[in-house]
Amino acid sequence: MLEVKNISFEVAQNDGTTQIIKDLSFTVPTGRLTVITGPNGGGKSTLAKLIMGLEKVTSGQILWNGQEITDKSVTDRARLGIGYAFQQPPRFKGMKISRLLELAHGSPLSEEECCSYLSKVGLCAREYISREIDATLSGGELKRIEIATLLAKKPELAIFDEPEAGIDLWSFAMLVDTFDKLRKSGEQTVVIISHQERILQLADDIMILQDGGIRAYGPKEEIFPTLNSINMVSHACMTNERGTC
Amino acid sequence: MDQSVIEKMLSTIAGITGKVEGAFNLRQNGQGVERYSTENVKIVSKTDRPGIDILVRPGTRGESVHIPVILTESGLDDLVYNDFIIGEGADVTIIAGCGIHNDGHAKSEHDGIHSFKIGKNAHIRYVEKHYGEGTGTGERILNPTTLITMDEGANCEMEMVQIGGVSSTIRKTDATLGKDAKLLITERLMTHDNQSAVSDVVIHLNGEGSSAQVISRSVAKDQSEQVFHPIAQGNAPCHAHIQCDTILMDGAHVRSIPEIEANHSEAAIIHEAAIGRINNEQMLKLETLGLDEQEAEKIIIDAFLD
Repeated sequence: MLEVKNISFEVAQNDGTTQIIKDLSFTVPTGRLTVITGPNGGGKSTLAKLIMGLEKVTSGQILWNGQEITDKSVTDRARLGIGYAFQQPPRFKGMKISRLLELAHGSPLSEEECCSYLSKVGLCAREYISREIDATLSGGELKRIEIATLLAKKPELAIFDEPEAGIDLWSFAMLVDTFDKLRKSGEQTVVIISHQERILQLADDIMILQDGGIRAYGPKEEIFPTLNSINMVSHACMTNERGTC
Repeated sequence: MDQSVIEKMLSTIAGITGKVEGAFNLRQNGQGVERYSTENVKIVSKTDRPGIDILVRPGTRGESVHIPVILTESGLDDLVYNDFIIGEGADVTIIAGCGIHNDGHAKSEHDGIHSFKIGKNAHIRYVEKHYGEGTGTGERILNPTTLITMDEGANCEMEMVQIGGVSSTIRKTDATLGKDAKLLITERLMTHDNQSAVSDVVIHLNGEGSSAQVISRSVAKDQSEQVFHPIAQGNAPCHAHIQCDTILMDGAHVRSIPEIEANHSEAAIIHEAAIGRINNEQMLKLETLGLDEQEAEKIIIDAFLD
C-alpha cells in the first residue's frame, strides 16, 4: 500500500517559491489500478516523480508497505519494488533494446521473453531486440520500449506517466489491453497518469489533480460520471484578470 | 613471463583462447615467435625491415588472419611494418591487436605501421584492439599508423579499439578510396588517469561513387586528454559522414576538430561532433531500475563503447 501524507513540493521562482504540490494526502491500496488525471500543469507528473524519488518533497511523508521512503534514493525505492515509466524517456547510444529489458528484469532474458514484452506494447519484436536505443527510434517507439521496460521489471508498484503520449492508435489499443490484463491480474499496484478516456475506464480508482491539490478521488463508478461536469480550468487561469487563457 | 599473462592478453586483444583457425603470426617482444600460413593466405617476413607481408590470394573467401603483438619486457621499443595485399574479390577478416604488460619502470613502446592495398571488389574486416596493463610505473605507448589504398568496388570495415591501460597513443589513419570503394571506420577509445590519445584520420575520396563513414566514440576519465582530428576530403562525386561522440568525466580534456573539404560539386560530406557528460536522465532511468550510481555509470559507458 502506498501512503502519501501531507506532502508539499515547492520550486524556487523569481524572488519567491511556487508550490506545485499542496499538502496532499491519499492512499493507493495494494493491487488496484489508479488513474490520476486533471488539467495540464496540475501537478500529476510531479506527484509521480515524488513517489519515485526523482524529485524530493519539501515536506510531508511517503510510506510504501508501511516503510517510510521519503528520504530514500531512487535506487532504494526501485529495490523496494517501485517502478516508473518516464513520460519522455532518454535514449542510450550503443545500448541494445534487449540489454535495457534485461537490466529492467534484473536477469538475462531469452529472445522469446524479450519479444513477449515488446509484443505487449505493439512492437514487432524480432525487428527491435537488437536495435540500439538511439536517434533512429521514433518518439513513439521509444515510448513503447519504455513501457516494456516496466513490464519486464514488474515492480510491486508500477507508475506510468502519460503512457499514451506519442503512441499511434493501433499501438494504443494494444496498450489498453495490456493495462487491462495488469488490472485483472491484481498482482501489481498500478498508477497511470492519463487523459485518455479508455484508460480512465480501466481504473479501479480515479484521482483528479488540479492546481497541486486533489479535486476528487474515489472509485471509478463514482468519479468517472462527474468528469464532464468538473471545471478543469485551472484556478490560476480563472484568476487571470485579462482572461487570456 | 608467466604464460598465463600472455594467454590472458591474447584473449583480450584478439579473442584467442586456444588453437587459432587460419593464418596466424604472433610477435612477442620484437620477435616473431609463431606463424602459420594457409594455402590462400601467406605470411612472409620482410627482408629489408622488421615486419611481415600478408598476402591474400584473389578470390579467397571466409578466411581469417590473426596477427597479435605482445610486449612483456619493460624498456622495449618495437617498430614493425606490416603490409597487407588483398587480392581481387577476396573476403577476409583480419584480427590484429597489441597488448603491453609492463611491470617495470622503463617505457614500453610499440609502433605498428600497417599498409593495406585492397584489390578490386575485395572486402576486409579489420579489428585492432589495444590494451595495456602491468604494475610498473613505466609508460605503455602504442602509436599505430594505418595506410589504406582501396581499388574500385573495394569494401573495408575497420574497428579500432583502445580498451584501457595505454599511457599514450598517437593514431594516424590515411585512406584513399577509388571508384565505388566503401570505407567504414569504427573507433572506440577509453582513456583514464593521465593518459593521452590523439587520433588523426584523413580520408581522400578520389573515386566516383566512393563513400566513407567514421563513427568515433570515446570516454575520457580522470585527467586524461584526447584529441580527434578527422578530415574527409571529397575529390569526386562521393559521400562521407563523420560522427564523433565523447563522454567527458572528471577533469578530462577533449578536443574534436572537424575538417571536411569538398573539391567536387557532387561531394556530400557531413561532420557531427558532440562532447558532454553522461546524460542525467540516462542515470535516473537506470536508477529507477534499481541500479546504483556506479553501476549505472558503468553500464552507460560499456554500452557506449560496445
